[in-house]
Amino acid sequence: MDLSLSTRTVGDRTVVEVGGEIDVYTAPKLREQLVELVNDGSFHLVVDMEGVDFLDSTGLGVLVGGLKRVRAHEGSLRLVCNQERILKIFRITGLTKVFPIHTSVEEAVAATD
Amino acid sequence: MATVELRFSALPEHVRTARLVAAAVARRAGVDEAVLDEVRLAVGEACSRAVGLHQSAGITAPVKVQLVEEEKQFSIEVGDEAPRSSPGGGASGSAGEDVETEEDEMGLAVISGLVDDVEVTAGEHGGQIRMTWPTTPTTAVIS
Repeated sequence: MDLSLSTRTVGDRTVVEVGGEIDVYTAPKLREQLVELVNDGSFHLVVDMEGVDFLDSTGLGVLVGGLKRVRAHEGSLRLVCNQERILKIFRITGLTKVFPIHTSVEEAVAATD
Repeated sequence: MATVELRFSALPEHVRTARLVAAAVARRAGVDEAVLDEVRLAVGEACSRAVGLHQSAGITAPVKVQLVEEEKQFSIEVGDEAPRSSPGGGASGSAGEDVETEEDEMGLAVISGLVDDVEVTAGEHGGQIRMTWPTTPTTAVIS
């Protein structure tokens, strides 16, 4: 399975729905999408990972890169994920302390710091 | 001899194939079903790292993956042919190299977080990551 990406706007947040596998081959597409959104002025991103089947360190690197970009504009990058096998990767790399991880898009959209 | 051996051109699009093959052979070897996700992720990390090393060093040789079924254990060896200079001996410092090093370390961090039995070796002729998981004897299940 390849990577699928779609975006929609909810209030002042941009929700990026990701599906499929984020790995060394597909991660550049996600990076391009995040860079494009930030360049277009979307600084509050919610990345919905509920449809993600696989995530590796290349994907983590892209998410960290996205976070750096939005933070440069005082923005935010929140994740939506309930899948244990994906959450585990964030835990073993210590990134649960870096990303706010929510259980639903609604919760992530409503969240403020 | 390896139970299954796989060689692929050092291109990112083939890493997924390596993951699928490794998971299939691991399942057959009797690696616990709950651990297969970890096998898939760890072998993907090792292969991504090898692909990156070959690409940045301009090596055209393939990346080699050996899947070895042994008594009570299953091992995966991912080998690259990127020569390493002695630690700290290489000239570095450019921003690009730093990013690559960071990604390389993140991949290794994931592997060592996932796999209890892992051995990373590297020398002037390349490097190897060997990961081992215990297996349980396969019981015949006919459904």
